Amino acid sequence: MTSYGGSGARRLAGLAALAVVPTAVLGVFFVLPVTGMVSRGFVTDGALDLGGVLEVLGRPRTRRVLWFTVWSSAVATTIAVLLGLPAAYATHRLRWPGRRVVRACLLVPFVLPTVVVGVAFRQLLGEAGPLGFLGLDGTARAIIAGLVFFNVAVVVRGVGAAWESLDARPGEAAAALGASPAQVFRTVTWPQLRPAVVSSASVVFLFCATAFGVVLTLGGLRYASVETEIYLLTVQRLDLQAAAALSVVQLLAVTVLLLLAARLRAVPDATVTRRAPAPRRPRRVDTVPLVLTALVLAFVAMPVLALVTGSLRPDDSWSLEAYRALSGRGSAPGQGGTALLVPVTEALVTSLRTAVDATWMALLLGGLLALLLTRRSRSRTERRVRSVLDGLFMLPLGVSAVTLGFGFLITLDEPPLDLRDSPLLIPLAQALVALPLVVRTLVPVLSGVDDRLRQAAASLGAGPVRTLVTVDLPVVWKPLLAAGGFAFAVSLGEFGATSFLARPDDPTLPVVIFRLIGRPGPLNDEMAMAASVVLAGTTALVMLLVERLRVPSVGAL
Amino acid sequence: MTVSGVLGALLLTSCSLIGTGDDDSAADPSTGTSGGAEAGGPVVLVTHDSFSLPKKLVKQFEADTGYELELRSNGDAGSMTSQLVLNVDNPLGDVAFGVDNTFAGRALEAGVFAPYRGEWPAGVEDFALPGDDEGVLTPVDNGDVCVNIDTAWFDAEGLEPPQTLEDLTDPAYEDLFVTSGATTSSPGFAFLLATIAAYGEDWPTYWEDLLDNGAKVVPGWEDAYFVDFTAGGGGARPIVLSYDSSPAFTTTDDGSETTTAALLETCFEQVEYVGVLAGAENPAGAQAVVDWMLTPEVQAALPNSMYVFPVVDGVELPEAWAEFAPRPEEPLAVDAAEIDENRDAWLTEWQDLVSR
Repeated sequence: MTSYGGSGARRLAGLAALAVVPTAVLGVFFVLPVTGMVSRGFVTDGALDLGGVLEVLGRPRTRRVLWFTVWSSAVATTIAVLLGLPAAYATHRLRWPGRRVVRACLLVPFVLPTVVVGVAFRQLLGEAGPLGFLGLDGTARAIIAGLVFFNVAVVVRGVGAAWESLDARPGEAAAALGASPAQVFRTVTWPQLRPAVVSSASVVFLFCATAFGVVLTLGGLRYASVETEIYLLTVQRLDLQAAAALSVVQLLAVTVLLLLAARLRAVPDATVTRRAPAPRRPRRVDTVPLVLTALVLAFVAMPVLALVTGSLRPDDSWSLEAYRALSGRGSAPGQGGTALLVPVTEALVTSLRTAVDATWMALLLGGLLALLLTRRSRSRTERRVRSVLDGLFMLPLGVSAVTLGFGFLITLDEPPLDLRDSPLLIPLAQALVALPLVVRTLVPVLSGVDDRLRQAAASLGAGPVRTLVTVDLPVVWKPLLAAGGFAFAVSLGEFGATSFLARPDDPTLPVVIFRLIGRPGPLNDEMAMAASVVLAGTTALVMLLVERLRVPSVGAL
Repeated sequence: MTVSGVLGALLLTSCSLIGTGDDDSAADPSTGTSGGAEAGGPVVLVTHDSFSLPKKLVKQFEADTGYELELRSNGDAGSMTSQLVLNVDNPLGDVAFGVDNTFAGRALEAGVFAPYRGEWPAGVEDFALPGDDEGVLTPVDNGDVCVNIDTAWFDAEGLEPPQTLEDLTDPAYEDLFVTSGATTSSPGFAFLLATIAAYGEDWPTYWEDLLDNGAKVVPGWEDAYFVDFTAGGGGARPIVLSYDSSPAFTTTDDGSETTTAALLETCFEQVEYVGVLAGAENPAGAQAVVDWMLTPEVQAALPNSMYVFPVVDGVELPEAWAEFAPRPEEPLAVDAAEIDENRDAWLTEWQDLVSR
């Protein structure tokens, strides 16, 4: 009896040790900066001023901003789901040549920097662009198109992963009993798929509601979302009270959404072995989803193609000049003027270096968390603590990069936490962004490991580390690699937080692209596009490698 | 224990740490061991992300003074000013460059800068910030935000180009003008100030007319110039908000003429300042940086590096600038203190007009 109690205490101590590093990191690099920033807004002249905050929420403009955020995100989410479902089906249930490449391509937008996409979209939709006749530039429809562009990938991945592992036999049985394809979908497939769809939809809604670059570049100034409003209030107006009020509303909304998503996620018990059906050849009934997938691919490819052609056509004739110029620092007319402090290629190296760091940080933190989250809970409290932790680490997805960036500067400025200049700050910020993706990839795999195996190993005398290496690692190394690839790609494309933290003489590729766009000078614009193509290509390559690892849960939130 | 062991091992292999270590040691082989460290040490220059000067000049500065120049930038001029104000008790660095006359009031009000005035060469005084009674800010460069037109487009269309702010509301120029937003871009705010300087309290009426005449408002200067402007990136609008230096960048291939022009009656002057930060750790180094910004070498490098005009008299301009970028004689202006006082009210009203 006593020995049982002793091992229980030791177990809890072990779990707490696992939790220490990730919690400390989140505490210092997320909770502290955000609360620091928010409290500046809530406290006026040393006293808590809730009246002022409430006054902000009552402003007609605030209400308009909130309403726009909600409805545009809702519409974009609906469209993303409607487009994503057939694509998820076609790329995960059907077997046809090139489907893995298509899957990787569909994922690229999700990790592209928003500045790049914003410019590409405007080049297409602008009054003189190839799609200018649609008159979409600066409208809410353009914003929604941009949001859909970014988020279709989330639906394709999330729903696709669930669809792929659905047991096909019940459906086949229903069909054999005379059910039409529509009936099979409605009565058999849909009920099994619903959790994944709802969960993806809630994540997409979250991404849409916190989108920044897309709304700002595509919406002109007629439209403001909560996120762009926080940016304007903080950066341009220095109205911290209003910014804090909106930040709190945003945090609350995100928390509610995450709780909802967690409830709906209800992953099927992963320890039950199921027969993952092999994808089959397309039949005639599959024409519709295949055609829709082609349309989604075209929609996703269009802005990317606009970038490619733009980068290859400086001076209206085809050439690789812009790509060759990437080894230089851009141009400004006159003797030896340059647009950048470092060559674009050097920025690429910085990006890759930063991404390596962000990746190991995300894997380390995510790995520890996933271990923690998948250990079987022995009490209600334990389970509750777990789900709180789980939600807590998703929060960085829903907080404005401006709030975080400014928060870093005002809270991490004194010893022992004077980290404003630490070279690890940027990779850490990026790791926090990638963390939820890593955790969501690893958790289903780890929870698929039968706990009895670990118990058996332990009873045979293996220590916790030995157990981890012999039981968990063989199952988890591939997903770990895949999650690493995903984190790497996210880090490569991260712009929001990085733009606040990057040093001018050591920028990353997205930051350099943004600067090139803003500088006049022959070829700078084309160079920006060429650099974007390089970035998109690198990302696509990484995603393709990740695809080859065939981990179903990758990228499913 | 294992966790910290793993963490330690990973830290050792960290790319960022090793990478920057390399950069630092590569950057200062001359100052590191020469014993100049006593007088020097690092001096941190806070600036906006458009800051750029030739590496050679920075190296020269470090060799001459023994200081190591470290750059820190966070966003545009507005973002930088906000951060300086937020961190006023524990400054982000020793010296800040890039606060302009539209944001200077906010920085002065918050006490971001400490008084310092070095030797000012001829010409600098003309750009001193009115209302800077303590003498904390030193002018470094200037430029005018002006409406630009695509002269080639107007020639081809056979349309007489506009000249004044008033002209922009003329139906002849309907749907031809694109500008960047006052809330989202620094030239956009300068243009709003230009209209306030020209129309006083009636500026909202002017803006209503402007918007009724089909003026398009986009977030950033780059959106306006490179996406919507006919001469910038193949857009559809031949009138754009830009700078008085912009025509120097649109020369024909043989460099004999330019295809755009700035409307000199629509200009608002922007001046950028440098100043020692209050509470700087290295005030002597900060003062050296302030002086350095006014040296002939830095002043001459400004046009090509940052697209702005020098403030010191007699500095030679690049050829294209001298030839194709004429400057307004009397740009429109609004007092810095007045800007600071009314900024929020103006921006709120402007935003309401635009999103109506």
